[in-house]
Order: sequence, then structure tokens, then C-alpha cells
Amino acid sequence: MQPDLTEKILELIRRTATNLPADVEERLRASVEKEAPGSAARGALETVLKNIELARAESTPICQDTGTPIFYVHYPEGWITRKLKEQIRAALAEATQCSYMRPNAVDAVYDKNSGNNLGGEDFPSVHFDEVEGETLTIELMLKGGGCENVGAQYSLPDNRLGAGRDLAGVRKVVLDAVQRAQGQGCAPGILGVAIGGDRGSSYYGSKEVLFDKLGTRNADPKLAALEERLTSEANTLGIGPMGFGGSTTVIDTKIKGMHRLPASFFVSVSYMCWAYRRRKMTVNGETVAYD
Amino acid sequence: MKEITLPVSDETIRALVVGEPVLLSGIMITGRDAAHKWMIDTFIRKTRAPQGDDEQVYAELKKLLNGALIYHCGPVVSGLDTKQYKFVAAGPTTSIREEPYQAEVMKHFNLKGVIGKGGMGPKTLKGCQETPAVYFHAIGGAASYIAQSVKKVLGVYKLEFGVPEAMWVIEVKNFPVVVTMDSHGNSQHKAINDNSQTVLNDLLAQPY
Repeated sequence: MQPDLTEKILELIRRTATNLPADVEERLRASVEKEAPGSAARGALETVLKNIELARAESTPICQDTGTPIFYVHYPEGWITRKLKEQIRAALAEATQCSYMRPNAVDAVYDKNSGNNLGGEDFPSVHFDEVEGETLTIELMLKGGGCENVGAQYSLPDNRLGAGRDLAGVRKVVLDAVQRAQGQGCAPGILGVAIGGDRGSSYYGSKEVLFDKLGTRNADPKLAALEERLTSEANTLGIGPMGFGGSTTVIDTKIKGMHRLPASFFVSVSYMCWAYRRRKMTVNGETVAYD
Repeated sequence: MKEITLPVSDETIRALVVGEPVLLSGIMITGRDAAHKWMIDTFIRKTRAPQGDDEQVYAELKKLLNGALIYHCGPVVSGLDTKQYKFVAAGPTTSIREEPYQAEVMKHFNLKGVIGKGGMGPKTLKGCQETPAVYFHAIGGAASYIAQSVKKVLGVYKLEFGVPEAMWVIEVKNFPVVVTMDSHGNSQHKAINDNSQTVLNDLLAQPY
């Protein structure tokens, strides 16, 4: 008999919305020292850090835009995904009632907010993946609309930027995406980049890499080098925290290499704001653990 | 740090310059995409006839917004069942989406500015000069922190737009912001955008 995880998933949502992961907070703390004393950029980061502490202490949302809830469920053989999905949806409605989540699901045709974060089959976004072993893992990412709106997809070659179908072209379009985003994605940001895929899978790929810890480098040394280079070059653009100017525009870049059609060469950039909310829970028999 | 109490005079607004940090206190109203579209369509460009309580809300807004501010914010609000409303999380939303509407709304209601994040474009900058008004930048994502400066929710209009899009009347105390567009035609956003474009052009010209 499969356990009812609704209350455990509610706790996952609470933690994700109110308690920023340690690796993100550490990077933001380190960034403060890089900005000039008394500058608006430094003031912004200091406020951000106070907000992170306050949200954790009070169990209130870090950001009022609690975003698109994106769940990835890695389940062992035998689990019924239909039931898991029902429990995720029930937990999300309850989290909205508890003010951990803002009601964020708006019918795009009739302009009506559902009031409980449940839309059709597409909201929340839930992905299932069967895995070996006995451990069920549920990952959750909350991605706000401000940063989602500055994401971009390029079809190479891009003549405006002189970007061809190679890593040199990829570098150009990613830097262009950061420049166009300015501070509007709530910089400092984290870049998820997918190279290849079709338009749909490419965007998914660019979000999936954002589940990895900061500093995780691609196993391919060519891509690992490009990740580092993009972060450091983006930080010369002078956009800075909130777009106030300064040296911290991008905290990290993660790239996923994918397969593409011969005719297509998409590069997708998902921009994640500093409020980089992602958490996971694992279920082993009776034991439920959170990261 | 400069402290401003709402409603605010033209003289005080004209004295503000880009880069200045300010603490705001007084009564303001939240308004974002649905609210701006509704104000423009129904009362400014009049492409849509007033319906339901539109006229009544408009009359009240005329009074509340005169000399005051609109805050681009879609808050998390508790107490929806009991109407004992409280702002739980209330950071700014991206302002540029209101670029088609903002200058007209400013002039129509004699708004002395807006609060948001990410800055706005040339139409709003011109509106800031003519009204006069300023753009105040709040810290994006600092929602729990900013909610603490919201002392009281005085009421809500157009709740049918949904909680994030409704127009919440709030009283704030020492709400921290930075002036990033002033009433003299200066925009910090334009300056940073132009500078970063120059750097980008150099980067694009470099070999891989």
C-alpha cells in the first residue's frame, strides 16, 4: 500500500518557498564583499540577505512571486504516479491556503485566477521518471515570473549577433541574453543553458540543469570551460545586483548538451533569479528526509 | 537617508535625483497588469464601458492616488477568509510591463511616482518629467522584508482580478527604495543598459 505523502509534500513546499538553499545563500554572502561599500548594489545584497534570514525565521515566502511550481519525481518501480500527482496537487492547494504560496495559476484565455495554484494538467508542472532502487525522490523548484520572462531561445545561426552553429556562437547568444535581461530577472542570476533539442525539450533542458548544486561543472571539459567563461564574462557587463550596476551579475552558469535535428540548432537560456528556490525530499520506507 | 511621507508635493519630487535612497511612509495602492489595463481601457482611453462597481472604485481611486504612489506588487496575503488581511510577502514585480500605460496613468491621477523593479522605458521617463513623478526601485525578491514595512491593509479593490492583481490599499512605514528614474530626464537603467551594450559589443568581437 503506497503511503499518502500529502503532508510531507506540503512540508517540502514550505521549505522551498521560505528557506533558501545554503549553497545559494553562501554565494550571495560572498558577493556582498565584491560590491563597493555604500553602493546601491551592496545595499541591495544586504537587504536580500536580511530577507533570506527573515523568511526562514518567520516561515514566510522569500519572494511574493512563489513562481511556477516545477516538480520532478523520481520513483521506484511499483509506485502509482497518478496517486502521487493527486497528492502533489492537494499539498499545493493546502500550501496556498497556508500562505506559503501565492495563488499563481491564471487561466490565460479567461483571465481568471484559480485561487489555489491548480490549473489544468499543466499547472503545477510535474515530471515523472522511473528509477532503480527503493528511494522515491521529489524535487521542487519555484521559478518566479520576472526571471522566467527574461529567458530566451535562439535559433542559430543568428545573424544579428554573428553567432554560428558552434560553441563560439553559443557564447555570443548567452551573453546577449544576459545583457538584454539587465536587472529585470532579479540579478544576480543563475544561468541554465541547453544546447540542442527541439524548442520544447531545449527549454526543459535549460531548467533541469538548475536542479544541480552551484559550482557543479559539466563532465565535458569543453562545456565546463564555457560555463566558467560565461559567468566571468557576464560579470564584466556591469549590470550588477538588481541592475544597479556592480560586479555581481551572474553567480553561476550550467550547460546541458543535447541532440538536435540536422536543420535546427537551438540555444535556450533559463534565467534563475537570486531567489533560487529548489529543494528535495526522499522517501525510504517509513523514513522521509529533506535536504 | 531622505524620508518622504505621502501624499508628496511636486517640489519634493523635483528635488529627488537618480541614485538617492529614500524611506517612504503613508498610504499607497498596489497595481499591476490587470489594474493598469482596466484604468486605461475604462477611464483614460475609454475603449470599454464601466461595469459593476467600476465608477465607484474610480471615484475613490481619484482621491487616493492624487499625490500618492502606485506600487507594482502582487502580494501574498493572509486572512482572505476572514477579511483580516495581512501582507505576508510583498516585493516588487517587474515594472516594464506597464510601459504602454504608465505615463498616462501618472498624468490622469496626478501620481507622484511608481515603485517597482527593473526600471521603465522612455515613455515613462517622459511622463516623469511632465507630471512630475519619479520611479522608485525596491529590492526585487525581498518580499518578507518589505512586508514588514506594510503596517496595515486598509482595503482592497477589484479582488476579482485575483489576489496578485487586485488593488490593495496599504499603509507603509519606512519602505526602503532607491530613485532610479527622476523627474529631470535621468534614468539609471538607460545608463547601465547603454554601458553594458558597449561591453557586450567588445565581447562579441573577441575570438573564441
